[in-house]
Amino acid sequence: MGSLLQVRGLRTEFGSDAGSAVAVDEVSFDLDRGETICLVGESGSGKSVTALSIMGLLPRNGRVTDGEIRFDDVSLLDLSEPEMRENRGNSLAMIFQEPMTSLNPVLTIGDQLTEGMLLHLGLSRQDAAKRAVELLELVGVPRAEQIVRDYPHRLSGGMRQRVMIAMALSCSPALLVADEPTTALDVTIQAQILALMKRLAAASQTATILITHDLGVVAEMADKVAVMYAGQVVEEADVFELFDHPRHPYTVGLMKSIPHLGADDDARLESIPGSVPALANMPSGCRFQDRCPSVMDRCRAERPDLLETSTTGKHLVRCFLYSGEQAAVRDETTTAVAS
Amino acid sequence: MSATELTTRKARERAGVPDGQPLLSVQDLTLHYPIRGGIVSRQTGTVRAVDGVSFDVFPGETLGIVGESGCGKSTTGRAIIRLENPTSGAVVFEGRDLAGLNTRELRRVRLDLQMVFQDPYSSLNPQKRIGDLLAEPLLAHRRASRKVAGERVTEMLDRVGLSAQFKGRYPHELSGGQRQRVGIARALMLDPTLLVLDEPVSALDVSIQAQVLNLLRDLQTELGLTYVFISHGLGAVRYISDRIVVMYLGKVMEVATTADLFAGPRHPYTETLLDAYPAPNPHQRGRERIVVEGDVPNAAKPPSGCVFHTRCPFAREKCRTEEPRLTGGAQGGSHAFACHFPLGEAA
Repeated sequence: MGSLLQVRGLRTEFGSDAGSAVAVDEVSFDLDRGETICLVGESGSGKSVTALSIMGLLPRNGRVTDGEIRFDDVSLLDLSEPEMRENRGNSLAMIFQEPMTSLNPVLTIGDQLTEGMLLHLGLSRQDAAKRAVELLELVGVPRAEQIVRDYPHRLSGGMRQRVMIAMALSCSPALLVADEPTTALDVTIQAQILALMKRLAAASQTATILITHDLGVVAEMADKVAVMYAGQVVEEADVFELFDHPRHPYTVGLMKSIPHLGADDDARLESIPGSVPALANMPSGCRFQDRCPSVMDRCRAERPDLLETSTTGKHLVRCFLYSGEQAAVRDETTTAVAS
Repeated sequence: MSATELTTRKARERAGVPDGQPLLSVQDLTLHYPIRGGIVSRQTGTVRAVDGVSFDVFPGETLGIVGESGCGKSTTGRAIIRLENPTSGAVVFEGRDLAGLNTRELRRVRLDLQMVFQDPYSSLNPQKRIGDLLAEPLLAHRRASRKVAGERVTEMLDRVGLSAQFKGRYPHELSGGQRQRVGIARALMLDPTLLVLDEPVSALDVSIQAQVLNLLRDLQTELGLTYVFISHGLGAVRYISDRIVVMYLGKVMEVATTADLFAGPRHPYTETLLDAYPAPNPHQRGRERIVVEGDVPNAAKPPSGCVFHTRCPFAREKCRTEEPRLTGGAQGGSHAFACHFPLGEAA
């Protein structure tokens, strides 16, 4: 048996009057139980579309056109919509950036928390209500017994996000997808929510896909990291390996452009010139070529693949700068297989 | 002479401010909003958005204002450029209290005092081309003929790193970073001495943030500008500011030079803010830090005594009853804080 979640060669397209645009292309990664992967990238990198593709929640004009998503040895792309609905909220759960838009304003917190449990777990109304209070207490909501009777607008942003987490966890999902869960929150509240997510994931062995643009959050939460750019994963490695030895020029540029608290006082921030190419206008060859300080002729002509660069651990990079290392790894594997 | 000294001198000369005097002085600024309720809209309470805030901004420096949502940092910024009328207190700019000015005088002073917003898209008319949007302030204030205005627009676009081609484009055709460059260019068209920047990079992607922060730094040196930089992003504030004001629930908690504040915060709130910031370094995960519990209290019902006492891990009886004053002098480079039991002092 492989990993809990296997994403292979995922390609997602959006149709419009002008034709179709590929938002996510050749995205692959694995995730085990209890493990957290961070998908990090800027707007338009395809990190949210990747998550929605896994959840089967793409908007009507979006479609997965290639690749495979296996979850618990079931191919999610082959499931019917009713089967997917049965999975969502049960073994697959998702939390979003702005909890207010995903909470129903006219239902009480208690109603919304028990809905999934009544549907998926077959609990009695009474048991579900009791469990709702327990869940709120678990995620650190004070006065839980009162809060279940309140409506979402009465809660602060941090409290709403706690309720969303409680809802997502109500049916003990095997996989939790969290899309920028703390981006709309203040930094002291973010610290509370991140600590909570970490504690809960460790306790329940839930696998987590955490989507963020914040490298600080990545450093705090991830076991492994996939850096995305213009719809593709450009680098994937263990979190320590990635921060200690970033390899892709985009990752390197991203790390140098954060004005972080430990930085040298007078050092000028390095910025990546230009901006992300538009989906409809992807250059042939490497998608980062126009912004890359190390661009070579080859980068304009050929498309690099995401390949292993390390013989000792996992460190995948989509860049021709490392074709030497990638060839060495390939040779070694071939030799190992031959002998 | 260092670049900073040059900027200071240029800024002082431009604004006509004597040596050692602030360009902007905010004194005991207070902004209260009434809460109305019931069918006759009777006042049922007061939100103390800004409550007795004082600080000085010297020519050529960048003063950062940090704090979480609801701390009053944006309201303070808006009060400085008179988008809000303060309940009490003074905003003294270039030696004159803005409250005492009549409409005509205020209109004149406002030319020197410009604001840049978080989302320039909402402040740029979508039906006008960039060239017209930038020329507008010059033409409206009769500062230039149409021809000269056009030349000035080209020059300003170049300064903010955009080509003259952008003149013919509409705001929706621009990326977020390009729009913010236009927002900055527009604020600079009338040669202001002071820019109030309200979360100017918060909506931008990381790699674009760095471009805009560097642009702001360069413009400051080239043009001798003074900045008030408002943000919840500590990293950006640290990068751009000479001194920093930390606000919480409408009040100033701490004022210090950037180096002093980060090397040794004295107010427990500042410490929790620094600790909560996730460092982009996985090796620092296990570091010791103060984590505060709970949410920011309601500004309509601020806590008694020190407003931070409900969340402060070091709060004692005195903090609940007596409000600490900002001590240490809010002026110049000295380090001021409003705390009965500041960090780094033996209890």
